[in-house]
Amino acid sequence: MGKINLKLIKSPFNKENPITVQVLGVCSALAVTAKLEPAFVMAISVTVVVAFSNLIISLIRNTIPPRIRIIVQLVIVSLLVILVDQVLKAFVYDVSKQLSVFVGLIITNCIVMGRLEAFALNNKPLDSFLDGIGNGLGYAWILIALGIVRELFGSGSLWGYKIIPQSFYDIGYQNNSLMIMPPMALILVGIIIWIQRARNKDLCEK
Amino acid sequence: MFSNKYIFIYSTILVVVSAAILALAAVGLKPFQDKNIKVEKMQNLLGAVSIESTPKNAEELYNKYFTQELAINSKGEIVADYSSGKLNKGKVRPFDINLKAEIAKNKGLEDLTKSKAELPIYVCVIEGKKKYVIPIMGNGLWGGIWGNIAIAEDLNTVVGANFDHKSETPGLGAEVTTKEFQKQFTENKKTIFEGKDFVSVEVVKRADKTNSHQVDAISGGTITSNGVSDMIKNCLKFYTPYFNSNKK
Repeated sequence: MGKINLKLIKSPFNKENPITVQVLGVCSALAVTAKLEPAFVMAISVTVVVAFSNLIISLIRNTIPPRIRIIVQLVIVSLLVILVDQVLKAFVYDVSKQLSVFVGLIITNCIVMGRLEAFALNNKPLDSFLDGIGNGLGYAWILIALGIVRELFGSGSLWGYKIIPQSFYDIGYQNNSLMIMPPMALILVGIIIWIQRARNKDLCEK
Repeated sequence: MFSNKYIFIYSTILVVVSAAILALAAVGLKPFQDKNIKVEKMQNLLGAVSIESTPKNAEELYNKYFTQELAINSKGEIVADYSSGKLNKGKVRPFDINLKAEIAKNKGLEDLTKSKAELPIYVCVIEGKKKYVIPIMGNGLWGGIWGNIAIAEDLNTVVGANFDHKSETPGLGAEVTTKEFQKQFTENKKTIFEGKDFVSVEVVKRADKTNSHQVDAISGGTITSNGVSDMIKNCLKFYTPYFNSNKK
């Protein structure tokens, strides 16, 4: 059992990555990654929501009438998302202002519903929970990677701290303002997909 | 198979339980959220008089510099007075006034002296100098914009301004939040009165830097710039009776 469980967490990092392979949750990946801190908080929020909605749905999977299963899933997911939103507003107000509407939009994040439909409805609670963690973290590392690159080259800082020294700016270095625009995030996601496919030939379509 | 009855009961229980959990969370977290909003407001007010603050020290700095909060009616009379930690006059602490609802009372009124609104004014003392901070609120291109204007003791010279917005376009309208834009209000002595007449400070294209009632608009952010201009004019106009009767 231990071996299978580990695979559930590991595979979304690479060959089943929600963003780069399944191409889900791209919208938020473009919108919240201009800075590292909101990207990190968003990544954690999505991981929490996917993991716990997977767990809850899996626990009650045998009681859910198939005819209303999507509605039941939506209720559980929105319950968790609103909870996360309220907690963020209470304890990390600054970040929650930056994330604004995107926390609420986790409800419509395809990763969440996708995992519920594809996995949690047919699997045991523990496995489902791990699957949720795995997919959440698979989403998370892409967001964090984008956040690091975009903040470093777009604003010259990381987590709000200046990284690129003033002397660089004095000799003519400039922040790349394209980095903080969403199109650049799309290009960066493209580059990650490119590298990933170059290394895993079996991901390429024939 | 599941019967219709089962489905009805199942969904009812699910929704009721979810609602109960959410209600509990909302009540439990409200004090923290309210505190965040209060601290943000204090930081904005401090920002208007160029005092840097962090969420941690905002309250302390606010209490140190802002010695008095007043609420003014349209005739320029003081209807509430809050100072040294207690409410000396009126029913509501001026800090807690719902600005949006009060400003809405001014809408469509030609003659503001007929308005029933009661608006706040914050008095702060920095290095012996008295400054008045007035919160303002209006509309940009995509949503609300708001800010604070700080005025010197002569109730005429602008000594600080800060603006924030809900959803203006990044790089264009959203530039109103930058120091470069806000700095214009404190350079070259901007004043809100010309002699005895209220003229406000306008945000216009290709502003004359030496004109004490103009600052430069943001290129590509015309509607937001106009919004800032209108907001300043509409909100400050309400205070003219107060300014006139208290001017030295």
